Amino acid sequence: MQLSTRHLLGIKNLTKEDISLILSTAEQFKEVLQRPVKKVPSLRDVTIVNLFYENSTRTRFSFELAEKRLSADTINFAASSSSAAKGETLLDTVNNILSMKVDMVVMRHSASGAPHFLAQHIPAAIINAGDGINEHPTQGLLDAFSIKEKTGTLEGRKVAIIGDIMHSRVAQSNIYLLKKMEAEVTVCGPPTLIPKYISEALGVNVSYNLKETLEWCDVANVLRIQLERQNQVLFSSLREYSLAFGINRKLLDNLNKEIVIMHPGPINRGVELDSDVADSKQSIILQQVENGVAVRMAVLYLLSPQTP
Amino acid sequence: MQVLLTSQELSAIIKELAGKLAATYPELKDVIFIGIQQGGAVIGNDIVEEMKRLKPDKTVNYGQLDITFYRDDIRKEILAPDKMNLPFAIADKRIILIDDVLFTGRTIKAALDALLDYGRPEKVELCVLIDRKEYRQFPIQPDYVGKTVKTERTDKVKLVEGEVVLITK
Repeated sequence: MQLSTRHLLGIKNLTKEDISLILSTAEQFKEVLQRPVKKVPSLRDVTIVNLFYENSTRTRFSFELAEKRLSADTINFAASSSSAAKGETLLDTVNNILSMKVDMVVMRHSASGAPHFLAQHIPAAIINAGDGINEHPTQGLLDAFSIKEKTGTLEGRKVAIIGDIMHSRVAQSNIYLLKKMEAEVTVCGPPTLIPKYISEALGVNVSYNLKETLEWCDVANVLRIQLERQNQVLFSSLREYSLAFGINRKLLDNLNKEIVIMHPGPINRGVELDSDVADSKQSIILQQVENGVAVRMAVLYLLSPQTP
Repeated sequence: MQVLLTSQELSAIIKELAGKLAATYPELKDVIFIGIQQGGAVIGNDIVEEMKRLKPDKTVNYGQLDITFYRDDIRKEILAPDKMNLPFAIADKRIILIDDVLFTGRTIKAALDALLDYGRPEKVELCVLIDRKEYRQFPIQPDYVGKTVKTERTDKVKLVEGEVVLITK
């Protein structure tokens, strides 16, 4: 069984079978990460470049660790310290790197569609590590893996995605994935941060009421308020946002069930999540980070070059 | 398709292999049986069941090893992995690797590579149901053999519905 695609540009292009294959392969890589030697030789003949045109801690470290655990050779590129700062185009930069015999490209870029553009012009396999406000497919996959690991299944699971849906590539990848795997999705946040036609376009429920949403869901995936992506005022203050959409202990204690709390990080503590929620046993935030390495190993392994 | 071992012959050979292993390791102390996915795990299950019958008062340690991530022909085809199940510390233990068919020896080489990532065993032995010994590509020989067969290079030997069959191209 193989993936139906050569690149991972977004969840939108994946089939249900692709997603199941990545998640089941990731389970085996998670086992690898528990061994005394947390490394396999599968990609020892593969060279990967991590092209980060936008800042990242977690995703870049996670990819780099996944690559090293697969025995791949890796090179890292940060736009701020490279010739991109001198005006070199994306395609020129990548072609220069590829002429040094690189097989796979992991790319984060602030422009939505940058990895799709690259995929049309270069022969290497491309993995999207986040493009603008479009998609962050490996985050969607690791969130799904974590939900499945914690609750046993995705099918029929009620997942709430809470916060800034408008600017979130994590939300978009999660929605595509959860809908393909037949979970139910509600997006919740202030009306200014939820796209107007999202319900018709993506088949999700929309709620502007946090308490009702928490009562409905099994899993709450809480997003970060992305101040850096907002060029207009979409809510009056962080304090007001926190009062209406921040999750605190009292809210959770008043529910008649225990829900799972997720967050893709980095957390704005005291804004979207209070510390006693983020650090509680209901939260699987650190498991998400751990699972990220296994999921990225699965993606890199399944997309690695084949020369029959 | 030719039947090399009927289900009756197969179960007689499993009993014989289990008997030999029980004679070598009467106490089963510090011994771990490991079936290589997928065919070796099937044969391993059968041998371990027989071993439990022979040694009802002893604990039989049994795990399964998947070699997908260690194949030396990984670039020819990316395969989905099978389940790995080795819930034992293998350091200083005596390991019996079990496989259905020993052919080129490449699977066993990969299995040894995978195994050593779990620790440093005292000793590793190899038990196979079928040996196609004329086609070895590595210096690997079994310690326990069910049956040695003569085949053509392009033949396939497989476990199919409880029988061992030879498929000729």
